[in-house]
Amino acid sequence: MENEWLYIGLFLIVGVALPAAAIILAWLISPKKPNPIKDSTYECGMETVGESGVQFKAQYYIFGLVFLIFDVETVFLFPWAVSLGKLPLFAVLEGIVFILILVAGLGYIWRKDALEWV
Amino acid sequence: MTILFLITAVVILASAMMVVTSRNLVHAALWLVASLFGVAMLYAQLNASFMAVVQVVVYIGAIAILFIFAVMLTRREMRDKGPGLNKNWGIAALVSLLTFGGLAVLLSNWSGFSQPSADFPSGFDAVGALGNALVSPDAFVLPFEVASILLVAALVGAVYIAYNPRSGDNRK
Amino acid sequence: MNFWANPIQVTADWLMGLFTGWGMTEVLASILTQLLGIVVLITIMLVIDILLVWIERKVVARFQDRLGPNRVGPFGLIQPFADIIKLFIKENITPAGVDKVVYNLAPILSVFSVLILWAIIPLAPVIIGVDLNVGLLYLVAAGAIGTLSIIMAGWSSNNKFALLGAFRQVAAMISYEIPMVVALLIPTVLAGTMGMLGISEAQQGMWYVFLSPLAALIFLISAVAELGRTPFDLSEGESEVVAGFHIEYSGMKFGWFYAGELLHAFTFGGFWGILFFGGYHFFGLENLGPLVAAAIVLFKALIGYWVIMWIKYTLMRIRIDHMLAFNWKFLVPLSLVVLMVTALLNTLLRDTSTWVMAVSMFLSNVLIAWVVIEILRGRSRTEREKVESPAQPVVEATH
Repeated sequence: MENEWLYIGLFLIVGVALPAAAIILAWLISPKKPNPIKDSTYECGMETVGESGVQFKAQYYIFGLVFLIFDVETVFLFPWAVSLGKLPLFAVLEGIVFILILVAGLGYIWRKDALEWV
Repeated sequence: MTILFLITAVVILASAMMVVTSRNLVHAALWLVASLFGVAMLYAQLNASFMAVVQVVVYIGAIAILFIFAVMLTRREMRDKGPGLNKNWGIAALVSLLTFGGLAVLLSNWSGFSQPSADFPSGFDAVGALGNALVSPDAFVLPFEVASILLVAALVGAVYIAYNPRSGDNRK
Repeated sequence: MNFWANPIQVTADWLMGLFTGWGMTEVLASILTQLLGIVVLITIMLVIDILLVWIERKVVARFQDRLGPNRVGPFGLIQPFADIIKLFIKENITPAGVDKVVYNLAPILSVFSVLILWAIIPLAPVIIGVDLNVGLLYLVAAGAIGTLSIIMAGWSSNNKFALLGAFRQVAAMISYEIPMVVALLIPTVLAGTMGMLGISEAQQGMWYVFLSPLAALIFLISAVAELGRTPFDLSEGESEVVAGFHIEYSGMKFGWFYAGELLHAFTFGGFWGILFFGGYHFFGLENLGPLVAAAIVLFKALIGYWVIMWIKYTLMRIRIDHMLAFNWKFLVPLSLVVLMVTALLNTLLRDTSTWVMAVSMFLSNVLIAWVVIEILRGRSRTEREKVESPAQPVVEATH
């Protein structure tokens, strides 16, 4: 069974092992002298103020959501793009309708100011 | 290559267990990533290359990141301090064992275990065939277009719910 | 088979013969051969990575009208090796309160997401790791793992600035993935396949940059944003969030983040060359042998890398809200329009000669660019009038 993914699997394993080996080697040969001041959190050289969790804007989530929708759209478009060469004009128009519906969605959220980063 | 399948199955099940039992929410999200990656490995072993990469791109690249954003957005405290089990755990264990037993009995009569399905003929362009099916009038063109409307509905709904223009959170 | 005509296959066959001669089974011998090939490829990539550090420092120095490292070795060539040795022996300061497993895993995943891209890059018609027929989506998947590693790094550092830098960087990266994927769809439409070897082969007649210069441009801009380099490097904005998500990393872990970024830029230069500039095709020179073809690909990758460096050392950093507005309100609609026009023209002109198709696609791109520039000019004119006209009522009121 000649599976091309076997090569990719081996590549993934070596790709994790080699950097990990370098980091382990660095850990072995580097000096280890921890002290409380070196280990404290970095805040431009001052003492840390407040907790280290910050309140996040909902805007990050909105952008993640819009990205998800468009990501799924492009995943649908990939098989369409691959098979375009052998299909009649009808198929291209269907794909264009697909894209236009999503552009309409993008236009809606643009008008609703959901793409602002204030 | 059953050994590879067994390793993948162990990875998926163990990661799923860790998702449910982990106390730290971000750790749970990362174990979910591991579980989803295991599913992608499963698709790869079945030679479904397109499904494997789509699994990584959509699930790990978009949905897992959205989970992590949501966790960071809504939780001040990342640890779950409640008890791990509630008082009904006995009944829940019984029900899940019965379900598992029922499924095992049902599947034991399935022929697929002894006759694996045929491979594609060599040189078969799976992605091209999928594209062909998505746009040909007697295959899946209507679900294809309805999918785009579904995506727009999800987009509009999510933005309507999540976006509050008056909150004006100016912090970072 | 002549060695120079197909070096990888000849070596692989010899190794297989050697291993089965030692008594191993077929499966084990083939796995071992592949493993050796992978280790050699990754080692070559890491050596190129070290040279890239030298190239980067020399080029930035020349852009800034100074010399760059020239003390350590001839022309400073030993400088990156000295840097690597320094990074190895530096102390690994692990701040208090970090999440140890995630903290140590993040730099490994970051460089892992770049290394795995070299499995599908066609260096020659016969030198390619594996010709996946979903190569372009594999590229996007590797980017997804890179994004995950940045969130892991930022979160596990237990540091406000690291978290902020990571979040802003990830928001920017995922936003710019959309025009990048749509720009990747255009070579797919033109070549009829997602596999890298197929796309390289299809450019034998005409490079895709002439058929669709806008797609090449959009891919370049999105790639620079994905890499997190200036003008999109908010995570390294030294005056803003210090060093972003890798503040709390020291020693070899930081080294992997830094070297990983340079190798990522080189890899994207390579992809730009393969997808739009013909890959290993160069007026027939590639027929001399696979090693010449590989040299052509690496040369094009270096030119792409030089363009990315040129952009970095010339432009200023862009603010995040401008960056995201640019993406969602300009690049995404533009890239979708270019995709629709390219798909339409590709199908309508499928049966005409290559020259008619090439000229009409190029002209369509020029037309789209001209329309876009006119729209932007109109909008900037209205903006300017809005700013200049309110001066009038204020003057009136003082009477």
